[in-house]
Amino acid sequence: MQTQSTYSLEGAGLSCIRDDRVLFEDLAFELVSGQVLLLEGKNGSGKTSLLRILCGFREPDTGDILWCGDAVKDSPFYAQMAYVGHLDGIKKELTVLENLKMSLALSSSGQYSIHEALAKVHLAGYDDILVQALSAGQKRRLSLARLLITENVLWILDEPFTSLDKQGIALIETLMTEHCANGGMIVLTSHHDIDLHDVDVRRINLS
Amino acid sequence: MSLSRAFVAVIRRDLILALRRRSEIANPLLFFILVITLFPLGIGAQPHLLQAIAPGIIWVSALLAAMLSLDSLFRSDFDDGSLEQILLSPHPTSVLVLAKIIAHWLVTGLPLLVVAPLLAVFLGLPNHSLGILLLTLLLGTPVLSLIGAIGVALTVGLRRGGMILSLLVLPLYVPVLIFAGNAVQMAGSGLPVDAQINILISILLMALVLAPLPVAAALKMSIN
Repeated sequence: MQTQSTYSLEGAGLSCIRDDRVLFEDLAFELVSGQVLLLEGKNGSGKTSLLRILCGFREPDTGDILWCGDAVKDSPFYAQMAYVGHLDGIKKELTVLENLKMSLALSSSGQYSIHEALAKVHLAGYDDILVQALSAGQKRRLSLARLLITENVLWILDEPFTSLDKQGIALIETLMTEHCANGGMIVLTSHHDIDLHDVDVRRINLS
Repeated sequence: MSLSRAFVAVIRRDLILALRRRSEIANPLLFFILVITLFPLGIGAQPHLLQAIAPGIIWVSALLAAMLSLDSLFRSDFDDGSLEQILLSPHPTSVLVLAKIIAHWLVTGLPLLVVAPLLAVFLGLPNHSLGILLLTLLLGTPVLSLIGAIGVALTVGLRRGGMILSLLVLPLYVPVLIFAGNAVQMAGSGLPVDAQINILISILLMALVLAPLPVAAALKMSIN
């Protein structure tokens, strides 16, 4: 992760229409290194849709997303972002180590090695355990470990605190604070009120 | 961040997964064997008839076995979110998708090749056409996986895409069926089959180059 250069993510005039229902219109935001964007709103207000638009899974009905001033398609956006969604994206028939190796092969290696990352999310020693033997909270921590082993600036997290206990939540908050201090940025949705020290948290309420 | 490493990693991962859930390998293979063994029982004691239609039986069974196995190509990745991660990779999706298709063929297509000689003898296929049968299967079954992948990619987002999938994919399988079946038939009568084999090779090469692109595009649509 490069600390010296700053990155920016910009959305302008974004709108999303789903089944003839306008979820949001003319939404604009700007995010630079070190900041967190927290999307709030009631269920069905378009939080996940906005995240999926940022990931490029959906096209916005209007508006543009810019990464460091360039359109996402013309920028190295996908090499610099990581997404953890509702679905964990991990295979339950593979071991913890095999899953992380796969994520690493799809991207480039980041700040931590696989073993350091597992230690950080309190899964050290679970390397050879099949994921189907893990609890829901452990699975979530494993999918978050992916953020640590790959090189990325922007984290896009959809309800990262689901099925985590208090310790787990505190752990993720620490990781998020560290990431921002290292010049990263985060876009997330959460029902849980996040508690980040010394981090510039911007909020958008969609409802 | 090398593309070849990602390519190999995807193939490796899918092979490990197939080994851990064995039904994925066993199902199409068992289906292939069962259908072919039922034909002699249904037709009765008419060895000449059986011998005459053997190439057709083997190829139609291979085609249906391939159809049966298609859904597993992207289903589990779609359900657990791995597909999202593959699409978000900075590597070109079409190349990663090609790796998945190759792994799928190794798991579902290649085993058919292994049992085909045995079943051919069982149906009384002349020995001298055995080589051609294997060659057509070697050239044809990868095409079934490649073309099938387009159909699966289009329908994986639908909960009940099975019916549409067969309607989409089967017509596209017909050229392979015609040329492969015909080649084996001709070889049985001792006629040259260069033309059919060349056409199968060209179909395979075309599918290898062209299929991954629409598959990648269709997956992006399905994931939405």
